[in-house]
Amino acid sequence: MEKMVGQRIKRKEDPKLITGNGMYLDDMKIPGLLHASIVRSPHPHANIVSIDKEKALKHPGVVAVYTGKDLEGKINPVPTSWKVPGMDLIETKQYPLAINTARYVGDGVAMVVADSKYTARDAAELIEVDYEVLPSIANQKEARKDGAPQIYDEVPGNVAFKYVAGEVTDEDLENAEVVMKGSYNTQRVAPSPMETRNSLAQYNPGSGDLKLYVGSQNPHIHRMVLSEVLNFPEHKLHVKVADMGGGFGGKIGVYPDEALVSYASMDLKRPVKWVETRNEHFQSANAGRDMMVDLELAGTKDGKITALRAVNHANIGAYLATFGPGNPTIDFGLMLSGAYKIEKAQCTTYGMYTNTMSVDSYRGAGKPEVTFMLERAVDDFARKINMDPIEVRRINFASKEEFPFTNAQGLIYDSGDYVKALDRAVEKSDYHALRQKQEELREEGRYIGIGISSYVELSGFGPSAVAGAIGFQGGIWENSTVRVHPGGTVTVYTGTSPHGQGHDTTFSQIVKDKLGIPYEDINFVFNDTRAVSMGWGTYGSRSLAVGGNAVGLATDKVVEKGRRIAAHLLEAEVEDIEFEEGVYSVRDDNSRRKTFQEIAKAANFAWSLPEGMEPGLEEQTFFDPSNFTYPFGTHIAVVEVDIETGEIEILRYIAVDDSGKIVNPTVAEGQILGGIAQGVGQALWEGVQYDEKGQLQSGSFMDYAMPKANFFPKIEMEFTETLSPVNQLGSKGVAESGTTGSIAAAANAVMDALAPLGVKHIELPLKPEKVWRAIQKGGAES
Amino acid sequence: MIPSQFKYLRAQSVEEAITMLQETHGEGKILAGGHSLVPLLKFRITTPGTLVDITRIPGLKDVRIDGDRLLVGALKTHYEISKDETIIDNIPALAKTASETGDLQVRNYGTIGGNIVHGDPVADYPAIALALDAELKVEGEDGTEMLPVDGFALGPLITMMPENAIVTEVSFEIPPAHAEQTYLKYTHPATGYPLVGVAAIAGTGDDGTIDYIRVGVTGVSDVSYRARPVEEFLMGREPSEELIKEAAELAVEDAEMGSDLFASPEYREHITKIYVKRALYEVLK
Amino acid sequence: MNNELVNVSITLNGEKVSAEVEPRMLLIHFIRDIMNATGSHIGCDTSQCGNCTILVDGRSTKSCTVLAVHADETEVITVEGIGTTENLHPIQKAFWEEHGLQCGYCTPGAMMASIDFLSQNPDPTDDEIREGLDGIICRCTGYEFIVNAVRSAAKMMNDDSAVKGEV
Repeated sequence: MEKMVGQRIKRKEDPKLITGNGMYLDDMKIPGLLHASIVRSPHPHANIVSIDKEKALKHPGVVAVYTGKDLEGKINPVPTSWKVPGMDLIETKQYPLAINTARYVGDGVAMVVADSKYTARDAAELIEVDYEVLPSIANQKEARKDGAPQIYDEVPGNVAFKYVAGEVTDEDLENAEVVMKGSYNTQRVAPSPMETRNSLAQYNPGSGDLKLYVGSQNPHIHRMVLSEVLNFPEHKLHVKVADMGGGFGGKIGVYPDEALVSYASMDLKRPVKWVETRNEHFQSANAGRDMMVDLELAGTKDGKITALRAVNHANIGAYLATFGPGNPTIDFGLMLSGAYKIEKAQCTTYGMYTNTMSVDSYRGAGKPEVTFMLERAVDDFARKINMDPIEVRRINFASKEEFPFTNAQGLIYDSGDYVKALDRAVEKSDYHALRQKQEELREEGRYIGIGISSYVELSGFGPSAVAGAIGFQGGIWENSTVRVHPGGTVTVYTGTSPHGQGHDTTFSQIVKDKLGIPYEDINFVFNDTRAVSMGWGTYGSRSLAVGGNAVGLATDKVVEKGRRIAAHLLEAEVEDIEFEEGVYSVRDDNSRRKTFQEIAKAANFAWSLPEGMEPGLEEQTFFDPSNFTYPFGTHIAVVEVDIETGEIEILRYIAVDDSGKIVNPTVAEGQILGGIAQGVGQALWEGVQYDEKGQLQSGSFMDYAMPKANFFPKIEMEFTETLSPVNQLGSKGVAESGTTGSIAAAANAVMDALAPLGVKHIELPLKPEKVWRAIQKGGAES
Repeated sequence: MIPSQFKYLRAQSVEEAITMLQETHGEGKILAGGHSLVPLLKFRITTPGTLVDITRIPGLKDVRIDGDRLLVGALKTHYEISKDETIIDNIPALAKTASETGDLQVRNYGTIGGNIVHGDPVADYPAIALALDAELKVEGEDGTEMLPVDGFALGPLITMMPENAIVTEVSFEIPPAHAEQTYLKYTHPATGYPLVGVAAIAGTGDDGTIDYIRVGVTGVSDVSYRARPVEEFLMGREPSEELIKEAAELAVEDAEMGSDLFASPEYREHITKIYVKRALYEVLK
Repeated sequence: MNNELVNVSITLNGEKVSAEVEPRMLLIHFIRDIMNATGSHIGCDTSQCGNCTILVDGRSTKSCTVLAVHADETEVITVEGIGTTENLHPIQKAFWEEHGLQCGYCTPGAMMASIDFLSQNPDPTDDEIREGLDGIICRCTGYEFIVNAVRSAAKMMNDDSAVKGEV
């Protein structure tokens, strides 16, 4: 029978979601449920002089009001979970509610709990907070300058950490034939899942158990960290995730809000729910990117890049987010040389405290930023030496014979064939014809641009020993339990936390191929710390590469135990038992056979098992891969710029991606498509804006331009398939590739269109006004 | 987001609505489609004591022709306007404006009366309304009056709307049959509002000179406006690419440009000229 | 008193329902919190994302921008009222077959808007579909498979009516 892995299977998840039977957190009602509303600082930096909560407390329906002072000593600060050795990290204390000083617009200062959300909202307005406004700053480079406002007394110069990876000397640059400098900044963006953050805590005063539903991509990390924050034992804390409306990194972080809701539930002995408004999401959900990167690139006149030296000023916000310190230093810093064989690379990262919301992972987390830097720089380099950007890439790629390939900073790439993906993209786009067309249109005064971006990214987090070496406060293995019920149906448990990625479907495909039982007989349980023994969640494009393989390996164990039972029942040698299409049979004698269902029953009844075998048919695997996986690809964007207005139209978008073995092409394409929308969104439209003091200016979708359907043409995509040697499936991550590849593709296309007009650089996002201004200035530095 | 508390009244007639408004002593607001009002209520930017719902008042959705004017009931939704045969036949640019206002869902609920009365300079209708000398039929405690749209809005969300009155109809001049019409919009990527919206209607006589020209501009400035200097420049002249270019340069005279995260006043001025130029090309070929 | 309750009676997915609520109650809250039809969601609060889209008297509407009392005496259809798992509406079938959803949060709103769109334009081009989805924000899909789903639903619905037309 044809294998299911590799097939376009309709998703199992969908019937409930398309009929309104999904159960998202805010859909849940519990008797006695209370509602919380959080009062947040309207100032970027201010001392809290006093808080008057009397009026709010007297408001009918209000049950409690908490301030930072009320909670002092009762809830611990929320820590970061990524402390890279050698970064001299100064971790400041983020109390769930600010006690003396608020440090960004959105910093919580009080929480109201009331009998309805309408009442909670009304009462929040009645809380009077007297602030003493302090000097404040939003920009990370400005924050490092002498005389800049200080966000903490204990952090001189606002530098939370400094980290250097690799080494490039001045001579390396000075002796080069060609040296190029450039700034390649990725602006701050908001993850913006359509479902905002939320939590619902239910404390049981009888059992002493606390059940917390929370919008989380990693419930076990939430349990681990909140247990510390709340001084509450891990085994009594039950974290669950309901159907979740997207995450994109924004729901990795452990936030003050869920600690507050948990505390209130324990204090009031009633369930408490909090749902973030969209405006709050812009204020107080971890943002992404916000890296200001200055790059020096050295190379030869014939196109070889010899060294890269970057200084990255990473805005990490007012407090360190859960993964905050790791993204700019590890994910960005160690991937500096991308898909290229470049001898030397150095990245110095300054993690800067500012009066803004914390920055954490957002789809790609460091890789889109570094790819944007590198791929923009490669195009600039190509222009400088007057060489086709395709050729420059080809010259510098690590060749497929060189894998496993060690990059300039010591990361070992598992497998790759970068030329193949590039060639496919060139062919698919009809690149050379496009170039010709471009020439012709310029004659007519029309400006189209062709942008290329070849990326490689570190995904599939990863080996736990490496996690330890880079200071990630946890493991990054994955766990799966395959439980076979007496009737032969199966429930599989795993520590990944899907919220739209389709694990239910793709993981079932894996199990189905191994067990040969009907696809419908396989059920998955995720997102529950009581059901799943341990796991590290869904981020870093790790779910299939690590979690999916764990599922496969646990299933293999089930098959093997079944084989021994079958051998016993069929009175044959274990080595002679074959298992195919759900049937165990004796080699050379097909009449001696047991179905998987019969074995399931035999195992569970345990009337007759091999000597010493324990009953039951349930196996667990802890899979810790030997390496990360490194997906790659080439994207080509074609845009037309209206040089009168600066408006940009995307004419075509070609994406060739390699994620190793594809389990379900439709699902994988969906991941690439969504990723491209977010990457192109960053390049052209999105951007969280603060004024220089840290006052938030983009507080809703009326200011923050989310990509819409009519912003895009049809995406032309395909996969090449270069297997990964580090896992059984040969799969790599796929969810972040689209984003990682697309920011530079879109930006390069616009710069390519404007090159004849002398425009060299425009800051992201490429809003029409900026494009127009750059055209006005022409050759002048813009 | 949740509005603060208010009292709700439902009027069955224009007279009743006026009485209800009088009884709120200045604390009342009219609820029509609500698509301008409800967002303000949710942000608590506006906190009226009472809302008077006029959507059940019969007869406020009619479209008819009266001499050289087209009359549109104030409760007509954007969707209904975009599909109305009488409107499409007589003022296609009005139907086009309606079809590009908001999005699919907003067009189903938002009304032309609410849209204009709101006095929001980023609304779509003011361009065509100003171009075609639109008037608002205002029924109030002192009887009925016709208020010209030109001069109605004084600033963002500040209008000449009298207290205790409602707009029941919007009246447009019907341009001569030989005039070409368009509404050209540069859509703000976040809001869907016009960053600039240009309504242009123009015709040329037998002698080849322009004998009818109207240009309304919305979106860019604190108050939507009619680009009279452009019209005056073009009237009576023979259209050419050069002439139009020159005329478009006059498109921002006297206008006070707004500003937001997406576009500065300087850029707004620039694109207004470009969009006026392009709209004029379209109607003058 | 400002919080004097008002009666709101609507036909919700074919069933007459009513409740006394505050005049300020939003229609989306009425449907979700009072009537327990939680399929429609709130995404943005400011009338951009359309995740709360439902049909009011047959036309798609952002229910977070409508007061419940304003919709009094109307006929409301939500995702719960268009089809069942056993008997899916063509738009549901198409979203499933074309992978038009990932997290599923915007999906009910996107489907309701699509139903209205297709009623206005039964045989749209891809560009028209993209324009028609202007009032929907989806963060997962990049929209392409939603566009495919709407196109596919159009075909299903047209084939369907062609068959019925022959009878």
